[in-house]
Amino acid sequence: MSQNVLAITEQAGDHFRKVTYEILSEGKRLAAALGGSLTALVLGSGITELAAGAGEYGADRILAADDDTLAEYTTEAYAGVCAGVIDSESPAIVITGASTQGKDLMARLSARLNAALATDCVALALEDGQLMASRYMYGGKILADVRLSGSPQLVTIRPNAMAVEKTAGEGKLETVAVDAGEPRIRFIEKKMETGKVDITEADIVVSGGRGMGGPDFSVVEALAAELEAAVGASRSAVDEGWRPFSDQVGQTGKVVSPSLYVACGISGAIQHLAGMSSSKVIVAVNKDAEAPIFAKADYGIVGDLFEVVPRITEEVKKLKNS
Amino acid sequence: MEIIVLLKQVPATDSLVAIADDGVSIKTDDLNWVINPYDEFAVEEALRIREAQGGTVTIVTIGPDKAVEAIRTALAMGADKGVLINDPAALAADGLGAARILAAAVGQLPYDLIIAGQRAVDDENFQVGPAVAELLNIPSITLVIQEEINDGTIRCHRTVEGGTVVLESPLPMLFTTQRGLNEPRYASLPGVMKAKKKPLDTKTLADLGLDAGDFSQPLVRIQAMRLPPERTGGRIIDGDDAAAKAAELVRLLHEEAKVI
Ligand SMILES: Cc1cc2nc3c(=O)[nH]c(=O)nc-3n(C[C@H](O)[C@H](O)[C@H](O)COP(=O)(O)OP(=O)(O)OC[C@H]3O[C@@H](n4cnc5c(N)ncnc54)[C@H](O)[C@@H]3O)c2cc1C
Ligand SMILES: Nc1ncnc2c1ncn2[C@@H]1O[C@H](COP(=O)(O)O)[C@@H](O)[C@H]1O
Repeated sequence: MSQNVLAITEQAGDHFRKVTYEILSEGKRLAAALGGSLTALVLGSGITELAAGAGEYGADRILAADDDTLAEYTTEAYAGVCAGVIDSESPAIVITGASTQGKDLMARLSARLNAALATDCVALALEDGQLMASRYMYGGKILADVRLSGSPQLVTIRPNAMAVEKTAGEGKLETVAVDAGEPRIRFIEKKMETGKVDITEADIVVSGGRGMGGPDFSVVEALAAELEAAVGASRSAVDEGWRPFSDQVGQTGKVVSPSLYVACGISGAIQHLAGMSSSKVIVAVNKDAEAPIFAKADYGIVGDLFEVVPRITEEVKKLKNS
Repeated sequence: MEIIVLLKQVPATDSLVAIADDGVSIKTDDLNWVINPYDEFAVEEALRIREAQGGTVTIVTIGPDKAVEAIRTALAMGADKGVLINDPAALAADGLGAARILAAAVGQLPYDLIIAGQRAVDDENFQVGPAVAELLNIPSITLVIQEEINDGTIRCHRTVEGGTVVLESPLPMLFTTQRGLNEPRYASLPGVMKAKKKPLDTKTLADLGLDAGDFSQPLVRIQAMRLPPERTGGRIIDGDDAAAKAAELVRLLHEEAKVI
C-alpha cells in the first residue's frame, strides 16, 4: 500500500465540475499529511487536454483514461477503469465528489474492492494514517465522525463543503489503456435542461414554497437570475406540480450547502431543514412571524414575498451597478 | 417476474433524534418507525410491475424484531412475502456488511429484478443497492424516476445534475429509486388483514450460510456523534416598508455576511 491519494475527477462538458477542484485540493492536503503524492484520474472521451488542468490544483500525476466508451458515465465501464487503476496504483485513499456519478461509482467500487466507504463527507482528517470522516446522518440531524479501516479507503465529499486551493503539482500526464469489455448497460440518451445550474452545485440557492401560491415562480426566478443562483423548492411546491422533483430541497430531495440559501414562502418543516441547514447563510422571507424557518435563519424578513422579493432583486441590482 | 425489494425500517423523518449515552448511536425508545421513504417507492414500483407482468414481490429486510412491522406494512400494500434477517451481528454491520448479507439472502431466492432505495434516511450511505448488485454480479442503475420493461430489458431514466439520462440494462438487474418515480399507495384495511397471513420468514446469518465473525470488524465505524452546530435564529430585519427591509438585508448580506 502506498501513501498516495487518487482523486477521480468529474467534468461537465469541457470543464471540470467545481467539486473536482474541491477533491483535488482536499486530496492534496491528505497526500501531504500522509507524505505521499496526489494522482488525478480523469475519465471521458476527448478529455486529455482538460486533464492537464488538474495539475493546477495539486495533482502530481494525471492519468487520462480517454476513450469513446467513456464518453458518458456508466457504472460498469467507469468502475472497471477505476478498479484497474486502483489495482495498479494501490492508493491509500480514493476521493471523489458526492455527485450522482461519484456516489454511484464509489458504492459499486466499495463492493468490488471490499473497501471502506464514507459518502457525502463534509470534513476529513487523518488519525494514525487512517481516515476520519465527518458526515451527516438522520437527515442532517446528526453529525457523525466515522473511522475507516482497510485499504484503500474510499470517500466522496459533499459539494461546497471544502475549500479550493490552487497549489500547482507537477501535473505529469500519462494515459491509461481502456478496455471497457462488454458493458451490460447501454447509454441511450441524455436530456439536459440547458443552462440550468443544479441546486447541489450552486453557490446560491433561492427556493420557493407553498407560499408561492402557484406555479408562477417569476419573482423567485428574477432574484435567482440577479444572484446567479439556482432555484429550489419545498416538497409542497413540488407536490403541487409547480416545480420538478429535481428542484426539491430536503430529506427526500437534495441536500444543498450553498453559501447563501434564500427561503421564500417556506415554513421550515424539519424535512426541509434537513436539506439546507448546512448552508452558510440562510435568509427567510415569510409573512408569518411565527414560522419555524425564522428560528434557523440568519436574516429574516416578515412580509409578503411578492412585495419583498422583487425589492431584494432591485437592491441586488443596485449593488451590482454601484 | 420475480421482484425483490430491499427494505429498511428507519425513524420517521419528523423524529427528533437524540444521541444515546454511548455517544455513537441514537436513542431509539421514543421514535416512530417507518419504511424508509425511498424503499416505499421501491415497494410501489415493484407492485406496479407485478400488476403489469405477473410475478411475486418479496421484501428482504435486515432489522430487529420491530422491523417486522415495516415488512407487514409492505405486505399490506400488496407484497407477497417477506424475509427478515434478524441477527445481532447483522445489526452491527456497516453498509458494505449489510450489502454482503443482503446479497447472500437474495442469492437464495429467484430474482429477475431487485429494487432498493437510493439511500436510507438514517445512515445515508448511498451504498447498499449498487454494492448488492456488484456482489451478485448484475448491473445496477441508481436514482431512477421512470422505468419500462420489455422482453427482458429494462429502460431506466436516471436523474443526474441538471437533467436525466436514459439507460438500458438486461435483466436481472438492480435499480434504486428517486422521488418522482411514483406515489406509494396506502395499505388498505383488507390489505392489512391479508398481510397477517402472508409468509414472513426470519433468518439468522447462519441460515444464510454466513459466519457472524466475518461481520465483527466493520470497515466503517462510528467514533462519535454530535449535534450539528445549532442554528440560532438571527436577526429579523425591521424597516418601514418592504423596500427598506430589502435594502437593509442586501446591505447585511454584502457587508456583514459577505456572501453577495
Ligand atoms: C416522509 C416525508 C418526507 C418529506 N420530505 C421533504 C423534503 O424533502 N423537502 C421538503 O421541503 N419537505 C418535505 N416534507 C414535507 C414537510 O413536512 C413540509 O410539509 C413541507 O416542507 C412544507 O412546505 P412549505 O414550507 O412550502 O409549505 P407550508 O408548510 O405550507 O408553508 C408555507 C409557508 O409560506 C408562507 N406564506 C404563504 N404565503 C406567503 C406570502 N405571500 N409571502 C410570504 N410567505 C407566505 C406561510 O406563512 C407558510 O409559512 C416531507 C414530509 C414527509 C412526511
Ligand atoms: N438493513 C437493511 N435491510 C434491507 N435493505 C437495506 C438495509 N439497509 C439498506 N438497505 C437498502 O439499501 C438502500 C440504501 O441504503 P444505504 O446505502 O444504507 O443508504 C435502502 O434504501 C434499502 O433499499
